[in-house]
Amino acid sequence: MIDSPVDNTTQRAAGSAVVVGRAGLQTLVDVLATRGYTVLGPTVRDGAIIHSKITSLDDLPQGWGDTQEAGRYRLRRRGDDALFGFASGAQSAKPTLYPTSVMLGRRSRNGNGAPTSVGTPPADAGESGDGASAGPYALLGVRSCDLHAIGIHDWVLGGRPDAGPDPDYERRRRDLFLVAVTCGDPSGTCFCASMGTGPRPDRGYDLALTELLDDQTHQFLLEPGSPLGANVLAQLPGRPAEDADLAAAHQVAQSAAGRMGRTLDTDGLREILYSAVNSLVWEDIAARCLACENCTMVCPTCFCTSIDDTTDLTGTTTERRRVWDSCFSSAFSGVHGRSIRTTVASRYRQWMTHKLASWIDQFGTSGCVGCGRCITWCPASIDLTAEAANLRAERNGANGAQASRALRRTT
Amino acid sequence: MTETTALPSFAVWKFASCDGCQLTLLNCEDELLALAGKIHIAYFPEATRAVAEGPYDVSLVEGSVTTPEDAERIQRVRAVSRRLVTIGACATSGGIQALRNFAAVEEFRSLVYANPTYVATLERSTPISAHVTVDFELRGCPIDAGQLVEVIAAYLHGRRPRVPSYSVCVECKRRGTVCVDVAHGIPCLGPVTQAGCGAICPAHARGCYGCFGPQDSTNTGSLAHRLRLLGMSEQDMVRVFRTYNAAAEPFRRESTRLEEVSTP
Ligand code: SF4
Ligand code: SF4
Ligand code: SF4
Repeated sequence: MIDSPVDNTTQRAAGSAVVVGRAGLQTLVDVLATRGYTVLGPTVRDGAIIHSKITSLDDLPQGWGDTQEAGRYRLRRRGDDALFGFASGAQSAKPTLYPTSVMLGRRSRNGNGAPTSVGTPPADAGESGDGASAGPYALLGVRSCDLHAIGIHDWVLGGRPDAGPDPDYERRRRDLFLVAVTCGDPSGTCFCASMGTGPRPDRGYDLALTELLDDQTHQFLLEPGSPLGANVLAQLPGRPAEDADLAAAHQVAQSAAGRMGRTLDTDGLREILYSAVNSLVWEDIAARCLACENCTMVCPTCFCTSIDDTTDLTGTTTERRRVWDSCFSSAFSGVHGRSIRTTVASRYRQWMTHKLASWIDQFGTSGCVGCGRCITWCPASIDLTAEAANLRAERNGANGAQASRALRRTT
Repeated sequence: MTETTALPSFAVWKFASCDGCQLTLLNCEDELLALAGKIHIAYFPEATRAVAEGPYDVSLVEGSVTTPEDAERIQRVRAVSRRLVTIGACATSGGIQALRNFAAVEEFRSLVYANPTYVATLERSTPISAHVTVDFELRGCPIDAGQLVEVIAAYLHGRRPRVPSYSVCVECKRRGTVCVDVAHGIPCLGPVTQAGCGAICPAHARGCYGCFGPQDSTNTGSLAHRLRLLGMSEQDMVRVFRTYNAAAEPFRRESTRLEEVSTP
């Protein structure tokens, strides 16, 4: 399903792209449903953009945008009819492909006390609350940052040569149909442009959608990224894209790239983190960090889990589940009943160093795709781009912890 | 309970409390029915002075110690129990009645009772662990039925209870609740509170009230800073830290600090 990256810096050729109107987009939803997919798309729920089951364009957040800052998320009315006029939502594709809780197995004891397997675990939609039963899923409206996060999980969970595939991930991923979306209106915490992961989807999708909205027209450019995507596209009522459409889509992405709310200077960042083991910045962060784990739960690439074994009251059945865990919990570093990362400073350091430095050595890319969620959803408003800048300043001779405090006073 | 029996025996003891946690136990009847004939449960309500001989494999203790008699009774309960598990905010932190710890008991005793001399009460409401060794503390006001069943299952089968000590935020994220603090500016104690309830309040657009007491890595000062930004006064913050787990150390320390900064 994954093809080679498309050059994002220059305008693309029209090729096999198609332009559809609202009716054509509705047909896309219908075609996917007819082909047996459960279609998950952005919806408004509880004051945020959440991926849920959709059947009609009416389910989409028409006219909604968002405002995101460190520790703050608000929906806002845009004043137009855009269907995708917001940035990254409350969660990525992670709860769909890598649910919060997955049953790995269940065993029972028969009357003689001998163990009997009760077969393969049932397909499990997890506890993610996406309101849908088990796949196959079609995800509509996946942002470029989240697409890159899926690419990272494809490597980490989907079958590196040195570690076999995670069977549950592989099953969910294999059947997934991905409709990616070009971001037209990044939020205050987005920085995909710094990470080279957006705002325009460049690979790993079946279809890439760019919303073209002006005073006269409301159209959607659809570009195929896989044979299956092209096959679906052939069923949609539309017209072949012209150079002007491609130019308009290019313009949407260019404009978005220039309006990122955050930047992260990645130059030499790995070395800065590796040499920051004893930095005072960690203590300064720990004074604010709540060790609540929100950042890791919303991060599209964080994949840490733990194994929960339980027995029922009668002791005849045991169950093993894989549940999301986090390097911010003390039990996560528990060895022989004791935590080896007792301080919150050491946990934040572990997280950020893995994300931005050792991930590169381990998996070949940064562990951060610049989606901004860890910044937005942190109740203590901790901003990893600001903390990275503090570590850089400290390395360059300034007092990073002091810089960090000064920065907070001004925000 | 006098005959020797091979069945594991549980005893349920009540100290100063509202009975809510015992009610949770009774509400587990579907699960407990599976155990009919496999365990023996004996109840000892608060009014009972008697301590049946025991020994008991597991004692579940509800309530805090607030009277001199109870301070003695808990010693005898410990002596007849192989494992002692405290259940609920009263037993694990002193409960709402620990608000007395922040005031002079003498004053409200004379205000509340016609004949205060008949009321024998201690200056402080204290958790069971302040008096005897406790094998496991199950938090909550009230406790969660699923966690109670887990603890009973664990002790029946000789394993450790699987009860996490991370924050309520983890449960919000697991069930897909949008953060009420970040998305709505609603003050929420979730980041400093231990999981266990399933994040019920945020799922109903309320902030967490802290019923399960402090999580294992509590930064109450940072949360107070956040509550201040969301518009709460220091006095109000004192109140939110002083509810069911007012005497749990991180909450007690924070409310005392806030009281000091709010009273010039
Ligand atoms: S570290 Fe933060 S910005 Fe980067 S991918 Fe994770 S949640 Fe997004
Ligand atoms: S960085 Fe923020 S979201 Fe992450 S654990 Fe700390 S306070 Fe929670
Ligand atoms: S609603 Fe409260 S408990 Fe839930 S994630 Fe937000 S701060 Fe944490």
